[in-house]
Parts: sequence; structure tokens; C-alpha cells
Amino acid sequence: MAIENTQPRLSSELHALAPQLETLGDEPYYRPCGGEVALFEAAWRRRLPVLLKGPTGCGKTRFVEYMAWKLARPLVTVACHDDLSTADLVGRYLLVGEETAWLDGPLTAAVRAGAICYLDEIVEARKDTTVVIHPLADTRRALPVEKRGELVHAADGFMLVVSYNPGYQSVLKELKQSTRQRFVAIDFDYPSAAAEAEIVVRETGVAADVAQRLVRVAELTRNLKGQGLNEGASTRLLVHAGHLIADGVAEREACLAAIARALGDDAEMAMAIDDLIRAVF
Amino acid sequence: MPSSDAASRLTLDELKSRLDDIFYLDIVGGRSYERLLDALVLLPRPKQDFALHWGKVAARTDVEIGYLVIQLAPEALRTMAQPQAERWVIAALDEYDGKGARAAVASLRDIGAGARAGTALRLDGIEARLAHFVQGLSGRPLQIAAGAGGDGAWTDTATLHLPAQIAAADAVGRYKALAALLWAQTRYGTFGAGLEETLAAVGEPARASAWLALLEALRLSARLARDLPGLGAALADLLAELPPQLDAARATLARPAASVADSLAWLPRLMDCAPPAAAPFGPLRAQLAMQARAERIAQDKLVLRRAIAGLVAALGKAGSGETAIDIAMAADAGELRIDGEVVALPPDGRAAAQSLIHDLGEIPPECMTPAGPGAWTPTAHDGAGPTAATTTAADAVYDEWDYRRRAYRRRWCHLYWRDLPPGDAAYVAEVRRRYALPIRQIRRRFEALRSEDRILKRQPDGGEIDLDALVAAIADRRGGEDADERLFVRRSRDQRSLAAAFLVDMSGSTKGWVNDAEREALVMLCEALEMLGDRYAIWGFSGWTRTRCELYRIKDFADRYDEAVQRRIAAIEAKDYTRLGPPLRHLTQLLLREPAKHRLLVTLSDGRPDDFGDEYRGQYGVEDTRQALIEARRAGVRSYCVTIDRHGADYLKHMVGPAGYTVLADVAKLPLKIADIYRKLTS
Repeated sequence: MAIENTQPRLSSELHALAPQLETLGDEPYYRPCGGEVALFEAAWRRRLPVLLKGPTGCGKTRFVEYMAWKLARPLVTVACHDDLSTADLVGRYLLVGEETAWLDGPLTAAVRAGAICYLDEIVEARKDTTVVIHPLADTRRALPVEKRGELVHAADGFMLVVSYNPGYQSVLKELKQSTRQRFVAIDFDYPSAAAEAEIVVRETGVAADVAQRLVRVAELTRNLKGQGLNEGASTRLLVHAGHLIADGVAEREACLAAIARALGDDAEMAMAIDDLIRAVF
Repeated sequence: MPSSDAASRLTLDELKSRLDDIFYLDIVGGRSYERLLDALVLLPRPKQDFALHWGKVAARTDVEIGYLVIQLAPEALRTMAQPQAERWVIAALDEYDGKGARAAVASLRDIGAGARAGTALRLDGIEARLAHFVQGLSGRPLQIAAGAGGDGAWTDTATLHLPAQIAAADAVGRYKALAALLWAQTRYGTFGAGLEETLAAVGEPARASAWLALLEALRLSARLARDLPGLGAALADLLAELPPQLDAARATLARPAASVADSLAWLPRLMDCAPPAAAPFGPLRAQLAMQARAERIAQDKLVLRRAIAGLVAALGKAGSGETAIDIAMAADAGELRIDGEVVALPPDGRAAAQSLIHDLGEIPPECMTPAGPGAWTPTAHDGAGPTAATTTAADAVYDEWDYRRRAYRRRWCHLYWRDLPPGDAAYVAEVRRRYALPIRQIRRRFEALRSEDRILKRQPDGGEIDLDALVAAIADRRGGEDADERLFVRRSRDQRSLAAAFLVDMSGSTKGWVNDAEREALVMLCEALEMLGDRYAIWGFSGWTRTRCELYRIKDFADRYDEAVQRRIAAIEAKDYTRLGPPLRHLTQLLLREPAKHRLLVTLSDGRPDDFGDEYRGQYGVEDTRQALIEARRAGVRSYCVTIDRHGADYLKHMVGPAGYTVLADVAKLPLKIADIYRKLTS
């Protein structure tokens, strides 16, 4: 006699697991610093994948969010790490009861739905993982799902966006030519001083002169890049400091916590950055 | 006074026996130490202890100094707290190390100055921090050096010369203000073209330079206070020390538009008065500055032109010089156009461009032609290493830890690199033959360690389903048994991002068996490491006193394990002594330059650190070695010591405590054990 199946129906359970693709409702704040918006739109219309280059915290992720909103596409973001396997991107079989069931990974889901798929810090991913995006990043625009013997053709509107930080000096963290030459590259850098101050004001609500001084601090720390610091203070750190100040934390205290200590652990360097902060505030 | 204090106080007899311990004889330099006894006997116990402890420490350096420390300690302790008095002694010992006994005696006798020095901030304590500070301000590196005597601060635009110490309430602030003002001289046009001639035209260049330095301080501090308001208070303190003759100039020079021309315009009005004897700023050294500036400009131009040449070549433009290439750069060096195409300069080129803008205000047009290949070779000087015969200056200088002072002896050890003469080419092949079997085993074991994906089956979680496990689990469940829930396959990758440096003892005591074992061990090690693909370096060390510590390159990280390396392994021989601290410190630095996730420093030695004559062979050497290992650990280098010492273990635990260690009683085991030790350390 068969035992009554008390398990939930496969499809409904899997539905809960499947990636939810939605378009962004509210306009994310992004301040264009050049022709990047037009360039991105052109690439999207022409179905070209885009590579965003730039230091950490300069607005790459925010830019992609803004563009997804502007183009009214769902956005799938994957933060790459050195254990990211092909299955994590493409999908895998899961066990449900005694059966296997296929679950699309974020990349496959984006390909089917015509979403924008953003692979953040692509160089962090394993080399063999990086290769699965190759057929998606040229005219084929298709993703082979080997385990199912399926070739998923990208829906209209699908776009692949990857980002990487060329600041990594390590030879291990380089993008292969065969990968990078598939992309339209957009360079990102910290915004100009005026634009950066505007961003800090807009994001945090601090007074304009405070924002200008924060930007000045950032410039001074960026001078230290390569001389004991791997990176100078990013716009993101300035926004953090601005938030703390807007919330009533003393200016120097906020800079110390959000900038000096965030940049590194070396005690002498931290003191020097503190000196620079004190010189400005 | 509680009686317990009097009771714990050392009596005359006890003091006498302590002093006997320190001086061995009752006469020091012809004096009896009756006077010391008189001075000590009435002191409370803690002060007696202080005097005896530091007297003993100082006597190790020089008996006379020790005597003087005890003699002066009562007076010093009347005016200073103990930590300050400690610094008083250490300052004197530093003088002794640097300038000799006479300077040390003078430093000790001047207890008042000692008290001041005790509170003063020394430049070497804040130098690294200041260097980062000015780098942040300027965007290009400026050296920092202790200034010459009471001349006041000055700069030649490449180095900021600051006072060796500052005794002020806000000494840090004063250092920062001085450094910022000197940087401002280099940034805001003090040393414009023709400064020397202008000063000469005013007459009395020495006086003119002195006054101009102070006028510029006025102008530039106003400029800095606008840009860096946080420095305002410290700058105002500095300006308060300027002589009253300058007061009239303040308002003019504080205008935002003021330039060096305004300072020069004021100069004639001051030429009748002698400049103040002691000012925070010394006279401008226009000649030195112009020279340094000219050198830097020439260098920057070359770097920039070379960078442009690289870009032109990369763009495939013919750089023959006959076809004109249109190169233009934006005024702020932000953008470079080659034939209308916007390109990014490489970092060194961009830094050079910015440096040129600092110095000249613009990019000189002659830079807009690419330099031919080979115009400048930055690595020309580090080709073949210096040989023993030609070396006069040390290749590196390291501090050494003096455990009794609980302070570093600054720039104490002089380290030289040497090359070993090539040894017998057949040696390595011979060792390989002799150890053929163990080498095969080592290779097999190490093969398994190489960085490859390993597939782990039957995992509780993973990227794939383990179908075998799944089938078994279903079968188990159908059969009514508990099913194994570990149904996944996981890929695991151990990426070996590892750099290892080996430091081999080449002291005289290794002569014979130990040396043979070391060489054989290195052969085995190289076989194993070549199999693994880890980056590794091997250096030998020896030396003769602190002024001649030697490092012998056997294999650097970049060297391949080729015949040259093999011949150098064969050439390893017993030389002099074992001053372990400086080589450890240097290899730590070398490792830090390697781009690896893990850094490992392995020392092979035959026992206790030892050096000729001086105290290194005792507790001192053990403590310095320990300190060097602690420094390595702090810097993120893991260290490990392999020691061949049959009766060593007593001091070892303390000395290599910061690292891990293995003691081998049997030398002959070293070649067979070394690869296994390495495997355990790194897997």
C-alpha cells in the first residue's frame, strides 16, 4: 500500500526557491559624470555586454541599478568570490523528496527573463567560471546549460554587465584577454571634487562646506595610494562619514571611524590619515 | 615614614655586593665607589633598584657610563619621574652608540636637558607618520631628515629638514605645521626660476635668504590656513615666534593673491636689520633647492616622455620622429591626446606629469615628443650586485633590540649582500644520486599537495549531486534503513599562494657535518619545492660583529633552480659568526615584497646566536632574535626554526617562542626530515 505523500507539490516549493526578478520601483540616485549613460544605453540597444572598470566605491553598482531602472529591466546582481562555481551561476539539480529538480541559477534566470545580469568583481570568480559567460558575451547570446543539455537563448533586453577593479596589482587577479575583449569598457573614477561634494550632500544631507571638506580629505588620502595605502578613500566612504555627521557624530570622530580606520590597519598610516583629517577639519 | 620602607632598603653591605656584581672591582677608572655608596644608601628602595638596574645596563656598554648613571641617578630621580629617567639613560646610551663616550657623558651630566629630552618628541619617533602626512599633502614623496643643529627647518624641495626633537606642548602639531610649511615652499612657488639671481641682486644673499624664509612663512601659512583650516592653531603658534619687524608685512602677504614676488618686494625693507638668531625656519637654501628641482624636472621629463613613447608604440603610431604625431595634454595632466585619441597615462607617467606641474605650473612642450627607446633605464644601477671588494657603504642597516634597555639600538647592524663563488657543478647531481629513493618519495608526496581541484564526495552540501550517494540513499530508505544525508559533491581547491624564504646558518660552528647536512637538506628541499611550484628563496648568513653582517644569495625568489643556483648550494661553507637578528629582519622585508597570501620564513641553524667579542652570544642575542621573530609575526610573516642542537632546548623555547620550531638531535636526519617539516608547515 502506498504511503500518502505529505510532501508539498514540487512546483510550488521550487517556485519559492527560484530567483525573483523584479524591476526597480524608485529611481536610484545617480549623478552622471560624463557620457556613460548614453554609452550604456547604446550598448544595450545594440546588445553589447559592458565592462565597468574602476576603484571600489566609486559608483559602479549604483550606476547599474540606475540604468536598470532607466531601461525598465529587472536586475540580477551576483557578487563574485573565489569559490563561485559554474553551478552557482547557471543552476543545479536539487533534491526534493527522492527526486531531483532543476533550479535555474541567477545567470540563467536573467537570460530567460531578459534581465540585466551584473557580475560584480568578476576577477574574483574562478577562472573556469568566467568562461561560461563567453557565449553570452558575443553574437551567440546563448547560455549552454550542459547538465540539462539545453541551450538557453537570451531573451530580448538581456544584458551582461561585469565590473572589476584594476587597482588589484596581483598577477592572479587579472582578467583574461579572451574575456575582456568581449566587452565595451566604461572607465569609472572618483567624480570631480565638485561632483563628489554634490553626491555627498545629496546622499547624506550634510552641509555643502562639510561635504567639500570630506572631499578634500579623500583627495589627500588618494595621494597616499601606492605609498602604503592600496586605495584612497572612496566616494562610498565619504558617504558613510557624511551619514555619521548628519546623525550628530562629531566631524573628526566620523572621519576617523568611516575613513581612517576603514582604510587600513597600519597604526602609523592611521595616525597620518588622522593628521590629514585634522588638518582639514 | 613607615618602617617597612627603611627595612626593605638595601644596606651598605648589600649595596656593596651589588656594586661588586656590576663593576667586578672596587675601583672604577681610578675612583673608589665610596661615593656611589654614599649616594645610594639614603635612597628609598625603588630608587636604589632603579639606579642599580640602569647602572648595570649602562656598565655593559661602558663601565664609566655605568658609574656615572649610578652617581647621577639620585639627582636625576629628584627632577624626573622614573619613565623619564629611563629615557635619560637611553638617550645617553644612544649618544654613546652614535658619537662615543664623551657625548654620552655630556648627555648624562646635563640632567636638565635630560629632563627636557624626556618630554621632547624625537623626530625618529614620528618620522614615518610625517612622511605619510606630507605624501598625502603633496602627492609625491618627500624625504624627511633631521635638520642640522639650530638652523631651523629648511628644504631643498626633495627633503624636508626638520629639528631632531621638539620640546613643546603640542610637539606633534608643531612638526606637522613645519612640514606643511616646507611642503608649501615646494608647492606654491617659493623656488621659482631665477631665485638665486634675485637674492644676489638684493645684496648680502645670506641675510636675504634668512628674511625671505620668514616672509614666505607668513605668506604660505595664510595660504595653508585657507586650505587646511585644522592646521591654523599650530601655524599661528609658529608665526607668533617671528620677529616684530615682519608685522607690517603680514596683511599684504596674507592676501589670497600674494605670490613669492610680494615676499621679494618686502625684502629690501628688512635688509637693514639682522635676521633673528633663532627662528623656526632657517635661511632658504636656494642653490640646493634649484639643483634638486632641476634634477627632478629632468627626471620627470624623461619618465613622462618614456611613458608617452610607450603609449605611441602601443597605438601603433610610427615613432620615427619624421611623421609628426600630435600629442597634447590637458593643463591639469588629467587627459592626454595622441592624434586626437584620449589615452590614459600609466601611473608613473601620470605622477611625473603632476610633479612637473607642481614644479613648473605646466607640462613643458618638449615633453610632448616621445623619448626614444633606452633613453632612460631606471634599473641600470641594480644589475650585478656589489662585490666585497667594492662595497664601502652597507647595503642595509637594521635596528637591534637591546633587552636591557628595552629599546632598539638605532641603525645598529650593517648588512652586506655577498655572492658565493660558484662551487662544484657535480655536487647536486651526486646528492640526487645518493638520495634517489627518498627524493622519489618526496616528489610523490608533494605531488598530492599541488594546487588542483579536488572533488570531495558525500558532502552535506555542495555544487553537484553525488549520484552514487543518492542511489545508495534511496536504496537504503526503500530498504527501511536510515539514509545517509550527505548527497553532494563539492569541489575544493587549495590554492597555494605561498612564498617561503630559507635562511641558512653559515657560521663557523657549522663546519663539517652540519654544513654537509645543510647542503644536502637544501638539495632535497629544492626538489620538493620545484614539484610544488611555491615561490622560494634561499639565503645564507654569517658575519663578524655588528658592522659586518653578511647575507649570501643562494637563490632569490626570481632565480630559477638552475645550474648557477646548484653551484651556489655546493659552495655553502662555514664562515664566521651567527648574528641572527639582521638577516631575519632583512628576509622579512624581502618576503613582504612577495605577492603571496602566506609568507613563511624558515631558519636552519645549529644553535644559539653568537657573535665575535660583544655580548651577542649571551641573553642579548637570544632576546634580539626573539624580537626579530616577533617583528616578523607582526608583519604577517610566519616563521619557523629548525635547529640542530643536542643540548639546546633550554633557551630555544624562549627564543623561538614567537615562531614554531623543531630541534633535531641528529644532524644526519636533517636532509630526510626537512621536506616533511615543510610539508607539515604548508599543508
